[in-house]
This record gives sequence, C-alpha cells and structure tokens, in this order.
Amino acid sequence: MRYLVLVWRNLLRRKTRTLMTLGAIFVSFALFGVLMIVRTAFGLGVEFAGANRLWVTNKISIIQFMPISYVQDVLTTPGVTNAVACTWFGGSYQDKPNQFAVFATDLEQYFKLYPEFKVPPDQLKAALADRQGVIVGRKTAATYGWKIGDHIPILADIWLPKSGNVWEFNIDGIYDGDKTVDTTQFLFRYEYFDENRRNGAGNISWIVVGVNDPSNSASLAQTIDAKFANSASESKTAPENAVIADFAKQTGDIGSMLTAILVVVFFTILLVVGSTMAQSVRERTSELAVLKTLGFSNGLILALVLAESMFLAVLAGATGLGLIAILVNFGNFNSPMLPLMLLTRGSLITGVVLFIVLGLAAGAPPAMAAMRLRITDALRRN
Amino acid sequence: MFRWLGQVVAVTLVSIRTIPQRLSSSVVAVIGIAGVVVVLVSVLSIGVGFKAAVQGTGSPNRAIVLRNGSQSEMTSGLTGPETDIVKQAPGIAQSGGRPVAAAEMFVVVDLPKRSTGTPANVPIRGIEAGSLSIRPELKIVDGRAPQLGTNEAMVGRAAQHQFAGVDLGATYTTGQLSLKIVGVFTTNGSSAESEIWCDSKVLQGAYRRGNSYQSVLIQLDSPASFDNLKNWLTTNPQLNVEAKREQEFYAGQTQVMTGLIDSIGYTISVLMALGAIFGAVLTMYTAVATRTREIATLRALGFNTTSVLVSVVGESLVLALIGGAAGAALAYIGFNGYETSTMNFSSFSQIAFAFHVTPALLTQGLVWALMIGFLGGLFPAIRAARLPISSALREL
Repeated sequence: MRYLVLVWRNLLRRKTRTLMTLGAIFVSFALFGVLMIVRTAFGLGVEFAGANRLWVTNKISIIQFMPISYVQDVLTTPGVTNAVACTWFGGSYQDKPNQFAVFATDLEQYFKLYPEFKVPPDQLKAALADRQGVIVGRKTAATYGWKIGDHIPILADIWLPKSGNVWEFNIDGIYDGDKTVDTTQFLFRYEYFDENRRNGAGNISWIVVGVNDPSNSASLAQTIDAKFANSASESKTAPENAVIADFAKQTGDIGSMLTAILVVVFFTILLVVGSTMAQSVRERTSELAVLKTLGFSNGLILALVLAESMFLAVLAGATGLGLIAILVNFGNFNSPMLPLMLLTRGSLITGVVLFIVLGLAAGAPPAMAAMRLRITDALRRN
Repeated sequence: MFRWLGQVVAVTLVSIRTIPQRLSSSVVAVIGIAGVVVVLVSVLSIGVGFKAAVQGTGSPNRAIVLRNGSQSEMTSGLTGPETDIVKQAPGIAQSGGRPVAAAEMFVVVDLPKRSTGTPANVPIRGIEAGSLSIRPELKIVDGRAPQLGTNEAMVGRAAQHQFAGVDLGATYTTGQLSLKIVGVFTTNGSSAESEIWCDSKVLQGAYRRGNSYQSVLIQLDSPASFDNLKNWLTTNPQLNVEAKREQEFYAGQTQVMTGLIDSIGYTISVLMALGAIFGAVLTMYTAVATRTREIATLRALGFNTTSVLVSVVGESLVLALIGGAAGAALAYIGFNGYETSTMNFSSFSQIAFAFHVTPALLTQGLVWALMIGFLGGLFPAIRAARLPISSALREL
C-alpha cells in the first residue's frame, strides 16, 4: 500500500504531463468505442441474427418476387417449424422516403419467428383484428411521436393502392426488445396489402423459415431450393446470419477499414505514452539510484514504473470507453441505414485488453531500463 | 521593430535547428499529426469520390420522369402506355420527327463482388434504341453495342472491374435470365459505368414485369423548357408521375450516403485531432523542459518574451507541417483513384467509384495539422515565456 503513495506522488510531480497523457489515452479509447459502435452498426447485427432461421429469396435478386404459395411448400418440408412471407413496401412519410423498413407480413407468425421482438399480446391481438393494423418498433414510434391509435398515411412508391396513391394504417401495437433488436421496423398485415395493391397480387419478397435443428440448416436449404429449381422463380436459401453478413458486405469492407484506423491510433498512442514514460524515468535517474541504494529491489523498481503507466492507461482507458458506453446507452442515435447502435460486450472486453496491453507495453521499456540501472553509474550521471 | 522581428526570427531558428536533439519526442508528434491527416483526408475522399460518380451522371439538358412519390428508379414503375404518353410531352428535343427520349427498366441482379466473393445488387438497365444516342458521353471501349431483340448485353467498365462473371465474351445466367456480354462502355466515370445494359424486352421477360418500365429519360430541347415539360406531365390526368432535372435527381441520391460518410469521417477525425493535440502539447512541454536553462539564458541576455513564445509555437507548427504534409502525401499515394464499390441505399444497388483525394481535401488536412500544431504549442509556449529567469537558470 505504501508503495502506491510513491506511485501517486510520482504522477503528481508533473501534473500537466500526467494530465495530457491521461487526455491522450482517454480520447483514444473514446475513439475506439466509437469505431466499434460503427463497426457493429455496419455489421447490421449479424452477430445477433438467429441461427435457427433461414431466408428464402428469389435467386435472381431480393428485389424479384416469389409466389405466396411457396410458403406452403416450405412449411411441408420436414425440419421446418414455421415460415412467414414478407414483402418490402418502401413508401414515404411526410414527403421523405421512409427512413425505416416497412413491410407486409403475417404479424402473428412473424412475432413467433422473432421471439426477441417483444409485443404485448393484447396489442398483437388488436392488430390482428384490424385490417389496417400496424405494429411498429419503439425507435420509429419515438422518432415520429406515434402512439397507439394513431392513423398514419404512407405515400406509395413501389406498391400503388387500388385507388389514389396513399395507404392508410392504424398503429395498434409497439414492439420493443433489448439493445440488439432493431426497433425501427413498421410491420403491417399481408391480407390488407394483397387486397389493396393495384398490381402483383400474390407476390412476396422473401420467406423467413424457422428450423428445429440449426445444424441441419445447410441440407434443409438445399432441399428447399431443389423444390423450386427450374420453376419460373428459382430460390436461394441461406441462414439468416449469412444473408445479413452478405448484405452488410455490400456496403464495403467497413470492418477492415476501421481496423486499419484503430491500428494507426493504437500505435500512435503507444508512442506518445511510451515516450512520455521514458522521459519521466530519465528525469528521475538519480532518484531511482537513491531508492536502490536504500535497498529497493530491482523487481520493486520495475513494478513501481509499470504501476505508473498501468495506472495512466487503465484510468484514462476505462473512463474513455465508459463514457462512450454510457452515451450510446442513453443517447438516441438514429440512422436510417444503421438501426443498431450499441457497444457489444465483445467490444468492451477488447477495449479492456487493449488498455492493459497499452499500459504494459508503454511502461515496459522504461521500467526495464530503471531496473537495470547501476547505482554507481546513475548517481554519477549528474 | 526590426530588432524585435530579428529577435523573434533568431530564437525561432534556434528552436527549429535544435529539433534533431529532441528527435524521439518530436517524431511522436509528427506521427500523431500525420495519422490524423491520413484518416481525415482518406475518409472524406470516399465521400467526394462517391458524389463525383453519382452526380457526374446528370446533364443539364436531360430530365428524368418517375412515378410520383418515387425517389429512385428502383421504386418507380411506369406502364408501357404511360411511357408513350410521357414521350409526347412538349419541350422534348426532336430528331427525325421523333422525340429524343428513352423508356428504361432498372432492376438489380446478384453478382459476386470480386473483392469479397459475396453477392451484390448489381444494377441492370433495360434499354431501347434511344438510350445510347441520348447519352453522348457514352463510349464503347471494347467490343460492340448489344443487338436489341437478342440477349446481348454490355457492361460498364467499373462494373466489370468490381464484379465477377461479366467479362467480355462471358454469358451470365441466373434463373430465367441469360445475358451474353458483347461490349464494355464508359460514361466519364459516372454511375452508369456500374451498370449492365441490355434490351428491356429481355428483362421484362426474365423479371416477369410485362410491358413496364422504371423511368423515361428525356432530352430537353433547351434547359429552359423543363418547367413547361414538368407542368404538362404533372397536370396530365392520365399520368401519375414527376419529372426532375437529371442533375437534381442524382444530387438527391447522394445525400444519405455522403451525409453518413462525412459524419463518421469528421467524428473520427475530431477525436483523433484531440488526441494529437494532447500529443503535441506533451512533445512541446518536453521540448521546453529540456531547454529550460537555454531559454532562461536567452531571456537573461535580453531577448524578449514574445520571441520565446513565437519560437515554441513556431517549432510546433514546423513539426505539424511535416506531419501534415507526410499524412497528406500518404493519403494521396495510398488512396487517390482507389476503386471500390458500395451500396447506394437510395437506389438499393451497387455503385462503383474511385476515392478522390482532391487539392481541397489536402489543403483541409494541412489546415487541420497546423491548427493541431498551434494549439499544441500555445500552452507550452506561454509557460516558457513566463519562466522565472532566476530559478530556471538553476534547473538541471
């Protein structure tokens, strides 16, 4: 314990320097937090995707349709527990293209397939009883100030209604979920969609399939695709996480770009902290020699210097990363393309490992130098 | 006045000449600043390149007609008869008694990206005879134009670079669609180069779209006739369409993406710059600390405090300039012209583009570097100027 006082005093010796070093580390780890959030966001939640869900899409492209009858064909495949068709709607609200995903689906089956989407049962029931019923995510409802019972007009783009060009919806429910759940979706009933669209009746965009054994996914996907081979709409079936991963890659290799930036930042910060530590040890050469003369062991001297750099790295790193974690948790960031904004546990652990490594790596060279000091040389130096 | 200036210059030169003696801490500041500039310039060059590719597509002499409420070709839809009515609008240039306009389809197809091997939404444009002549910027650089009425297609040069399976001579088959690539074209680096072009009729069959299109591209007889055209189209009871000048249409397509790139780029750069300021302050404090006795001696000899102040800031600025120039050079060498492709969320399709490291971005990088240098040098400079001479002379 008494040695901690010594470490503390040494840090206070040059307050400005300590403060600046803390500042530099703090900023680097705040940046680390931001980059990890961006990385997760561009990953579109692939790490949270259900392993027991498959997606069936048209082989040509996801924009191309499949007949609704495919749902029955998929359901009769052994190993399939559940299947629900979704159709992308698009549209615009208040003169702007919708900044949230709108699609028509079977609400009851959809919430069964996505148990992480939590909707109160009475609200789901209300939506199922209302032809124009909608269940919307908490984030989107909050963005537009929608409440249950609100009447929402959406201007059509892809799907014109039978008359005019506006679709009318009622907000019957609001779903929520933990941080890993996309709460921006706007889900409405397929029955209303199919009756009321001017063209393309019976066409759907993709089918989400529940499977009872994820380890069978690959062969199940093949079985499903074989059913539709050589038809007018051939299919492509893949696990949900693979579909999301491929889709995320369409944006570009954001992950490696951010990693490159992080390497630059980490290397620079290591230089800054390392050279500061080296400078501070150099200034104290004669003092260290005195300590050694007093009987401080080499190991203790090593530990004292390392403790100093560890203290700087851990204190500043933890506050920097912690601040970002708090901000992202309580702030309401919304981006139309990136519905998931969170700092994952994996990122936090990486951050903690990084600041420990930083403290050790920056402190090691000066600590070794201090340990190897020969008393006679060091005392003579000044 | 001249004496004063002479002092400032002399002391600053001493500071700068002695940088090599404090090499290790100076290198740290230089690397830190270079890092900021590389990241700032390269990330922003993505946005600039993206914007250039998309907006380069627009011509002031052309207008595009889409379904009312559609912000992109992807979500638009017009029936064949509707496109015929659109082509009768006033203000369309005429050639040989026929309107210069083209009804086009716009869909996407899954093609693997060369870089990752993963499927990407590659745009396919269904064309008609007028599609080529209405775009004078289009040049066929390899092979020939596709024969309409067949399954021949041509591919934009950027698409050919970015996506696998569409080289000249290849036949691409998926589902009911089969395309034989017979030509490669360019359009001055604009977004059309990310597309594959084939006869609309082929696409209508394969995508089971019947007689329908996504847009009509119109050659205006003069840019001024746009308002008249727009008015005629929007008041026509047989149509539910909107007309946009081509340039405005494509400008609107870049907003989401460039907004996102810019906000991420600036967030990262501001944080990195803050870190670099701390680094520069540390470096300059170290520089002042190691020269305490020297600075005190100068002051004892009668050099004024301003010259000491300026010399420290000057040294910091020189380091920042070196770092900034190195960073800008690295960004330019490493990223200018780097070809990639991304998803344009406005059109739900891939767009290939090249990073544009422009002189404006390089300048911006240098300005940031100098600001970091100035802020990093200022406080240590004030400290140096305020050093009490008597005690400073006694320091080690």
